[in-house]
Amino acid sequence: MSSMRSPLARVKGLGSAKEGLHHWWMQRITAIANIPLVAAAIWIVLLSLRTDYAGVINLVGHPCVGAILILFIANLFYHAALGLQVVIEDYVHGAAKFLLLIFVKFSAALIAMIGIVSVIVVIVERASGS
Amino acid sequence: MATSDGKSGSRVERPLSPHLQVYRPQLTSMLSILHRIAGVALSVGTIVLIYWLFAIASGPEAFAQMQACFSSWIGRLLLFGWTFALFYHLCNGIRHLFWDAGKGYELGTASKSGVAAIIVAIALTFGVWFCAYSAVGGL
Repeated sequence: MSSMRSPLARVKGLGSAKEGLHHWWMQRITAIANIPLVAAAIWIVLLSLRTDYAGVINLVGHPCVGAILILFIANLFYHAALGLQVVIEDYVHGAAKFLLLIFVKFSAALIAMIGIVSVIVVIVERASGS
Repeated sequence: MATSDGKSGSRVERPLSPHLQVYRPQLTSMLSILHRIAGVALSVGTIVLIYWLFAIASGPEAFAQMQACFSSWIGRLLLFGWTFALFYHLCNGIRHLFWDAGKGYELGTASKSGVAAIIVAIALTFGVWFCAYSAVGGL
């Protein structure tokens, strides 16, 4: 070990991003969570193909199904934003990098929000029986 | 570390690794870049999922419009590519998780798991489309 720094000082530095393993770790956690969530989402979409519009409202608007979809959207967009960040950091440099990074985070939050609000609207619609 | 030529102390401009232009494409490296490409494509493709939910929330007319959009031949083609990208990224992602756990780095294993990821991804893609077509009652 050529470093003269104590392990604590090194850990406190937490690398060039000053975040340590956080980004890497969250990417893996969201990846693992995505395995059952993708399977569930595909199952829901396939079930929706068997029925008409009222049936789809009944399916997607069921609180359990809606909850799974909201969880899936949140996890999916978190994972996508982390992944796109790595790709941008690898290939884009200078001012364009920062603009793209901000654009990716903002659009991920915006698009995820549209999806989550849509699911909530469907849940409310089903509950109100319209 | 910057390297110098040892005499004048000036920087030697050496080509940066990886030298993609002189490498023979290998299965493992091609699958690696395909993982990224699929990931970026899927990030854009998430719009499909959100459009689906948005259309359901918007009412019967928007829902019918969404169905017409997805059942057109171009819509089906895009969805088919989307499905394959999803399953490839999923299968290869599981391969990555094994690597993260320190397993499967042997050359033979890395190639075999790559082939397996492709085969399973193709099988899952056709499996899901078979289920989708039987759900809507044929082509």
